Amino acid sequence: MAVTSADTQKAAASGRGSNPARKRRRLRQFTRRDVVVLSIMVGIPTLIQLVLVWLPTLFSIGLSFVQWNGLDFTDMKWAGLGNYQYIFQNYTPFWPAVLHNIVWLLFLGIIGTPLGLLFAVLLDQALKGTRIYQSIFFAPVMLSLALIGIIWQLFYSQDNGLLNFLLGTAGKPNAVDWLGTPGVNLWAAMIAATWRHAGYVMILYLAGLKSVDPSLREAASLDGAGAWKSFFQVVFPAMKPTNIIIVVITIIESLRAFDIVYVINRGTNGLELLSVLVIQNLIGEGQVIGVGSALAVVLLVISLVPIVFYLSRTFRKEKA
Amino acid sequence: MTTATSVRVAPHQPAAARRHKKKHWATYLFITVMAIMWLLPLVWTLYTSLRPKADTDKYGYFSIAGHYSFQNFIDAWTQGGFPTYFGNSVIITVPAVLLTLFFASMMAFAVSRYSWKFNVTLLIMFTAGNLLPPQVLAAPLFELFKHTTLPYWMSDSGSLLNTYVSVIAANTAFQIGFCTFVLSNFMKAIPAELTEAARVDGASVWRQYWNVILPLTRPALAALGTLEVIFIYNDYFWPLVFIQSGNRLPVTTAINNLQGQFLSNYNLLAAGAMITVIPTLIIYLVLQRQFVAGLTLGASKG
Repeated sequence: MAVTSADTQKAAASGRGSNPARKRRRLRQFTRRDVVVLSIMVGIPTLIQLVLVWLPTLFSIGLSFVQWNGLDFTDMKWAGLGNYQYIFQNYTPFWPAVLHNIVWLLFLGIIGTPLGLLFAVLLDQALKGTRIYQSIFFAPVMLSLALIGIIWQLFYSQDNGLLNFLLGTAGKPNAVDWLGTPGVNLWAAMIAATWRHAGYVMILYLAGLKSVDPSLREAASLDGAGAWKSFFQVVFPAMKPTNIIIVVITIIESLRAFDIVYVINRGTNGLELLSVLVIQNLIGEGQVIGVGSALAVVLLVISLVPIVFYLSRTFRKEKA
Repeated sequence: MTTATSVRVAPHQPAAARRHKKKHWATYLFITVMAIMWLLPLVWTLYTSLRPKADTDKYGYFSIAGHYSFQNFIDAWTQGGFPTYFGNSVIITVPAVLLTLFFASMMAFAVSRYSWKFNVTLLIMFTAGNLLPPQVLAAPLFELFKHTTLPYWMSDSGSLLNTYVSVIAANTAFQIGFCTFVLSNFMKAIPAELTEAARVDGASVWRQYWNVILPLTRPALAALGTLEVIFIYNDYFWPLVFIQSGNRLPVTTAINNLQGQFLSNYNLLAAGAMITVIPTLIIYLVLQRQFVAGLTLGASKG
């Protein structure tokens, strides 16, 4: 059954061969038109992805080493590490922003995500009206973060907000300006973010809990494990894929946090975040592309940690 | 499933069952309190939007006296320029979602049905792209669009800035990665024999994609489509960066301007906020299952 290469080529050209060698099969399965079509199908999305996502990312790195006002390419001057030196040493909002991002991450990680998990675990039981409760907690996930910023502004408003009415301080001198006081407004914004985040986590964990083999729980309860123990020693570890996604989502969401604080006060006065500083340096009056890009690179480097962690876990099996 | 278990256990262990009941009571209390807290901001906004400013000025916002009407909605709709903003949202969202699904499904088809050298590399590149914070790409994309010169009959800015195309392109590029990842996982589960058989019958690659695989992918496309409509409708960032003319902004980005426009008229602002919720609310009520399926599709593999 020796097939010469000439035969295979002929077969490939016609698109039909009677008895191909296994090795050559892949070549033979495409006509020339198929190859063109397939190249276009892969080429266009890849081109879009390269030109609009990956090249800009590389350019961001490049721009972080220059001094530029964004107007003319000839104005561009090499700055070396100058922009980085500036943001680390002289740019006053930088370190507060880093701190706020860390606090944001810890808040979502310690309060937002566990709260969503708790909702999921409680609502996964056959409670009466569980679907209604699920819909209530899930509703904020459908809203844009910008809109959430507006809705919570109405809630937090110093003179007319519901919160101060409920606390009985509205209109009195001791009424707290929840969004206007540095040191307070970050917590107010994080609660608004949690309002959405917990519902998102709940939905993912509800799906995760359904995927856990019921016999696992049964076995645990037969062994005499209490509800608490059987959850943390059996059910929770069995949801490992969901747990990984949740960890990644929590980290990435806190690095991406932008809309809520930008809607509240453009990310100033105690609401500085890295993502906001990037934009403040890029749009607005004095465009300082170099500084903005250096901030973007800092954000990129931090983001790569969860991204690489997630990708290496997801694609490890396929590469092997 | 859980009820069945507890019922079966109950006769043997009455003490445990009683404890179980007590715990249920505590669970209800906790979850109900949380649910009320969860609803408060939304209910407060809706409540405020239904009351005339004159009444809230007179009685205060925290009161029940006065009239209730939809007048604020009518005023916000006309004064706020909502018809334009909603139009812009449609102009941006519809093509962006269709292009995203089209490109992502082609890419997913290619990487899931055929194996070649750069398969996994490409898939990793696509997935990673979706996870980056958009702020990282903002400056170079802004400059790229600014320095893409277009004739003035195509764009009054003479470049891609301040055009719908710039927002559609950025959204599409950013969402393709996620959709490709989800769709390729879905397509991998479709038996290889199907395309094999089609190929033996002489079907071209395009026919295998369009007539064999795509119809089978419909559930995933429906779920992702719903999800992407919400994602892109809710996108605040790209129009903020690329669009300067207020009358070209989509609703989500434009509501921020309403704050300045309606100044301290919280009633109008609340009505405006509620108006922007309406499309999401409709999708929520009609396609909630699709939306949830879309969210969990992306997370089911890790």
